[in-house]
Amino acid sequence: MKITDIEELRKIANNVRKNIVEYVYKAGSGHPGGSLSSADILTVLYFNQMNINEKDCKALLRDRFVLSKGHCSIALYSILAQRGFISESELNGFRKIDGILQGHPDMNKITGVDMTTGSLGQGLSVANGMALTSKINHDGYRVYCLLGDGEIEEGQIWEAAMTSSKYNLDNLCAIVDYNNLQINGTIKEVKGLDDIEGKFKSFGFNTIVVDGHNMQQLIDGFETAKITKGKPTVIIAKTIKGKGISFMENKAEWHGKAPNKEEYEKAIKELS
Amino acid sequence: MILDLKEKKATRQSYGEALVELGKSRDDIVVLDADLSTATKTKLFAKEFPQRFFDIGIAEQDMMSTAAGFATCNKIPYASTFAVFAAGRAYDQIRNSICYPNLNVKICVTHSGITVGEDGATHQMLEDISLMRTLPNMTVMCTSDDTQTKWAVKEITKIKGPVYLRLSRYETPIIYDENTKFEIGKAIEIGEGTDATIIATGDVVAEAIKAQQELKQQGIKVRVLDIHTIKPIDTEAIIRAAKETKKIVTIEDHNIIGGLGSSVCEVLAENYPTKVIRMGINDVFGKSGTAEELMKYFKITAEDIIKQII
Repeated sequence: MKITDIEELRKIANNVRKNIVEYVYKAGSGHPGGSLSSADILTVLYFNQMNINEKDCKALLRDRFVLSKGHCSIALYSILAQRGFISESELNGFRKIDGILQGHPDMNKITGVDMTTGSLGQGLSVANGMALTSKINHDGYRVYCLLGDGEIEEGQIWEAAMTSSKYNLDNLCAIVDYNNLQINGTIKEVKGLDDIEGKFKSFGFNTIVVDGHNMQQLIDGFETAKITKGKPTVIIAKTIKGKGISFMENKAEWHGKAPNKEEYEKAIKELS
Repeated sequence: MILDLKEKKATRQSYGEALVELGKSRDDIVVLDADLSTATKTKLFAKEFPQRFFDIGIAEQDMMSTAAGFATCNKIPYASTFAVFAAGRAYDQIRNSICYPNLNVKICVTHSGITVGEDGATHQMLEDISLMRTLPNMTVMCTSDDTQTKWAVKEITKIKGPVYLRLSRYETPIIYDENTKFEIGKAIEIGEGTDATIIATGDVVAEAIKAQQELKQQGIKVRVLDIHTIKPIDTEAIIRAAKETKKIVTIEDHNIIGGLGSSVCEVLAENYPTKVIRMGINDVFGKSGTAEELMKYFKITAEDIIKQII
């Protein structure tokens, strides 16, 4: 399944956003802000880019995806539901005692999750291990890793960046969901983090900056990454936290809270 | 069969040699190190199989998570560094990226305990058994000699999940002949004495055997249990020793809190309440000195064991 029609991709992303809002509301907790900012990135990956098959989710030669910013699990679960890896009814169990969809992704419980994540900063290293395996086996599969912009304050990300670069992992593509907000404020306020592109460039990455809500720019970015040889690529996707819901957009407070009934109904209306 | 304890070898050396043999028989083995391959002896593997060796640099957290990535793609990664930089520095990576997803990563660490010697307290890991055995899915091993270590390095490939194998820099006697049979989770029972049992692990097992031999001269019959697998522990052998012998002494090159001594106490408290004398490092950090000096200083030699038993 490869969808190239931009309108079609937008519709899917909109459904993903509806799922995010609905199931965070039903769970009474979760992380809507960063999930909404990454919905378009995930849609392009799962419907246009990645070589995956919902009928053979453990296929050895499939492309891999690591959600390093594991708290945005509901975005991943929603895209997996849209793509047919999990049933939509399973989304009802999100964060519930009798459900399989844990607060953070668990590869042993959920079909289609390639790596268990949750503790920030570890996903890029894991993706390196996958990409190295692909290289030494000559398997040819690609590995994608979605990072939060706040997440890259973790030092391990930069340890991993050196490794990606040392081994010339051109089958690795990291994506930074650059929505500029973390729990305590902007990334500049919290840690003085700036010039993300310059930092990755100096670590040996091919860098591509795109509008993370523009499907065509995302597709073009991933295609450029594929033909870039000898070095890893990072796509710095400029996004809006809470994208698609007017009262959640660019508000740090929506990082990790559920909407109430009124807010939920308003949000769904905006997406309809 | 127990040898005469005259020939010595550090278990880190046995590890390096066994890895090369393992690499020859299996091509799904990859080895990762963090700029310490000369000390951990993974350089022996690196020399033989450069395409399957990855020096991740001084970045132990990155190394552990990278190993996890390899494991998700059906490789069997052996990740090595000093014990303190694995169980200590990379604890969260071991917990969240390896143990929780139950990934098939073999964490083989050298330079455990005070026998590291001159480098001093920062490099002498005394809490790793404690930290590693509380992690679900983790198998924890601490081998006592060359023969046992070489067996363990290969045997742990049969476990589909994480393993922590604790090794030593210190040259200790070769205890077992090459035909000795070992089994994961099964203690090695040396002697059938009923006066006391010395339960030991790792580089002090040889001290326990020396104490046993010395005490035999004095007519005191001692049993030694070599606990190479700390988790899952051999409850049956421990309970039987408590029932059949008059005194239980544990000894480890590790803090007495949380390690072998604690493990034995847990087994006995639940099954056959018995007084246990825990020997080891008594909740302090280590210090510089030669391994032999430090073993005397921290009272974990054969002579110290004898004093506890008489």
